Amino acid sequence: MKRILNNENPFFCFMRNTLNTYFKTETSAAPLAVFRIGFGLMMVLSIIRFWSYGWIEKLYINPKFHFSYYGFEWIKPIGNYTYILFFICGFAALFVAFGFKYRLAIVTFFLSFTYIEFMDKTTYLNHYYFISVLSFLMCFLPANAYYSLDNLIRKKHYNKIPKWTIDSIKLLLGIVYVYAGLAKINSDWLFKAMPLKIWLPSKYDLPLLGETLMQQHWFHIAMSWSGMLYDLCIPFLLLYRKTRWFAFALVVFFHVFTRVLFPIGMFPYIMIISALIFFDAKIHERILNVFRRVFKTIKTKTFKPQIYKYKNQNLILPLLALFFAIQLLLPFRYLTYPNELFWTEEGYRFSWRVMLMEKTGYAEFKVVDGKTKNSFVVNNSDFLTAFQEKEMSTQPDFILEYAHFLGQHFASQGHKNLEVYVDSYAALNGRRSQRFIDPKVDLLKLTESFKPKNWILPFKDEIKGL
Amino acid sequence: MLKRIVYLFCLVCVIVACSSSDDSSDDNTDNFDRTALLTNYADNIILPALENFQSKVSALDVARGNFINAINQTNLDLLSDAWLEAYSAWQYVGIYNIGLAETLTGNENGFRAYFNVYPVSTALIESAAETNASYNLNADAYFAAQGFPALDFLIHGITDSDITPLDKFTSNSKSNGYVNYMTDVQSQINSRTTAIVNDWQNTFRDEFVANTSSSATGSINKIVNDYINYYERALRANKIGTPAGNFSAGQTFPDKVEAFYKNNVSKELALLSLDAVQQFFNGEAFGNTANSGASLASYLDALDHTELKNDINAQFEVARQQIQSLNSSFSQQVINDNTKMTQAYDALQGAVVLLKVDMASVLDIQIDFVDNDGD
Repeated sequence: MKRILNNENPFFCFMRNTLNTYFKTETSAAPLAVFRIGFGLMMVLSIIRFWSYGWIEKLYINPKFHFSYYGFEWIKPIGNYTYILFFICGFAALFVAFGFKYRLAIVTFFLSFTYIEFMDKTTYLNHYYFISVLSFLMCFLPANAYYSLDNLIRKKHYNKIPKWTIDSIKLLLGIVYVYAGLAKINSDWLFKAMPLKIWLPSKYDLPLLGETLMQQHWFHIAMSWSGMLYDLCIPFLLLYRKTRWFAFALVVFFHVFTRVLFPIGMFPYIMIISALIFFDAKIHERILNVFRRVFKTIKTKTFKPQIYKYKNQNLILPLLALFFAIQLLLPFRYLTYPNELFWTEEGYRFSWRVMLMEKTGYAEFKVVDGKTKNSFVVNNSDFLTAFQEKEMSTQPDFILEYAHFLGQHFASQGHKNLEVYVDSYAALNGRRSQRFIDPKVDLLKLTESFKPKNWILPFKDEIKGL
Repeated sequence: MLKRIVYLFCLVCVIVACSSSDDSSDDNTDNFDRTALLTNYADNIILPALENFQSKVSALDVARGNFINAINQTNLDLLSDAWLEAYSAWQYVGIYNIGLAETLTGNENGFRAYFNVYPVSTALIESAAETNASYNLNADAYFAAQGFPALDFLIHGITDSDITPLDKFTSNSKSNGYVNYMTDVQSQINSRTTAIVNDWQNTFRDEFVANTSSSATGSINKIVNDYINYYERALRANKIGTPAGNFSAGQTFPDKVEAFYKNNVSKELALLSLDAVQQFFNGEAFGNTANSGASLASYLDALDHTELKNDINAQFEVARQQIQSLNSSFSQQVINDNTKMTQAYDALQGAVVLLKVDMASVLDIQIDFVDNDGD
């Protein structure tokens, strides 16, 4: 009664107390240590794999032109030094795995990895974005508190860390899954089974399943629905102790299955390893015991275990609150654009929209002399790699950026009164192709911005849903 | 409670799976026989076209031998006829940059670089024939000085110092050089053709048919890429677009047409090329178009995209009519009325979109496959 008289809302009061208690709760540091090791090692492998396939050269050194993110045009590959960048990134990941100079290592990893991703948006993948976001979060977590080389250097280790640190990773994983699930609630995915209806039958040469299940319409529908339900439910099934093992089995099955079907690189393994974070500390201690047996000579147990306490938790918590608020809101930014999201792709990236579209495009650019009306058609392969051309032809922001590049290129060759037009078509999720960009618009007169791109022709169909 | 949720989750999956299977009965599933498709392409279209080409090349070689044995206008005319026969047969094989053909060069035109790069470089030919400088027809620089365009110049062209085409083999002070150069060009055509046909006959036919893999290296993916590449580059751009100035700010090139020196057959050759393209699409047997088998067209049918199939055929027809309305010499057409030439280009262009976007999308064919992760 007294509190109410003090004009305080009992609900907020209760919430505040609960939150205060929550943020003071401690838990075992083992899950975060295992997560750190798993994450670091997966990243090292990813970098080595990327390099060994010759992709650094193919994607970042060979192309004559790179597509930049709006506002980040200054981030470009740095010639042969790009290899050094990957080298730094790989070593930072290794340091993270060992928990050696962790804070410096994870910040270096986050910066170098994110720089790499920003060098050319042709290579944008949701799972690269996931790595960037996760490594940003990890910059603020005491992942080296336990079972790390830093323990040896500082001669102390912490067996307890704030519970919210581990929960923040679970929250991020939950957001990724749930948003990926929400994005699947649309009429193409659920009722037309698109694009799975295109992709699965084309795996006709898969043993056993290829000529049977993969060709069945009901199977495409079933896969679409269960994919959606999987994404929406899996974080909750992992959170709840009684369903956890079942959920983890689902995680393994789902990701291995998608790995078999689609070329998605390391992502399935990263997600499987990440899902371990949901398990109890006992499991993680057992995993660490495996490492302990391998590295028998190093004894960490001689230090007295301590409880990790943030010095600046009051600064970090609001910052992470803001981070998560952005994560929750960013995927919905597409609502501020009037046209069909899949068609214009305004607000498509950074939103966990995974495998939602089979989109094919064709874009032929015409360079016109505004005075004489003489024109010629550009051979895209003179400037772009096949991969860049493919990505460019379905994404309006790429088309605009490339048109401006062409303008500059031909201006430097002495062409005057330049105008650049595009003859472009795109086909989305098995629909027939339709004209994509207004062919009468001089692209050089347009500038990139976050405003709706009214020079994209309207989509002649409707996709209902989120 | 939680167990129940799990059961419910599974149940929902099962129900969804089953309930949707009910309405699938009327939905055509893709049990398309890809082996039949590849077999039809190999046995009824590609191999017969290649063998026909090889026999026309042999006849061309015979005509060349006769001409060299008795250099006169009559034999040159007979050589010209044989050249046109072989050039016509070539229009049916230019698509198939696969197997050994694919490995012959890294050139963007594929194996066509050895047969049909035009405009021909007369400077290279003249310097090769008239000086003792050595030349190598396997070198990239000589792609523009061999194959049918080189023979076209040798048979129908006139060098700066001559009055008639025949002069270069008679009165020209370097006539021996021209005879030798012609022999070298012919033997290059012979050996490349023989190698490719032998490869198909001995090993590649079986390899091609057996490789039903859905991957980018599977036969279907590769042949469709070759097909679209041929249509876009060899037919649309080289035969029509380039002379019409589509790639050169309105500057037209009457001299960049196919068979420029013969000059009055560029339409004929372009129409044959379009026939080859359309017959391939519809799976019609070489030399017997009434007999058709599994093809891209029937593949589209099997996927319930008959409308797309019809549209592609209709677009081919539009293009054919446009080309038929042109002068038999594209050079003349470009000079007299280039608008009609660009209209033919636009008609061809219409099918590029249908093939490269719509068809590739529904068949899930990777165009210009790049090895990279997706998500």
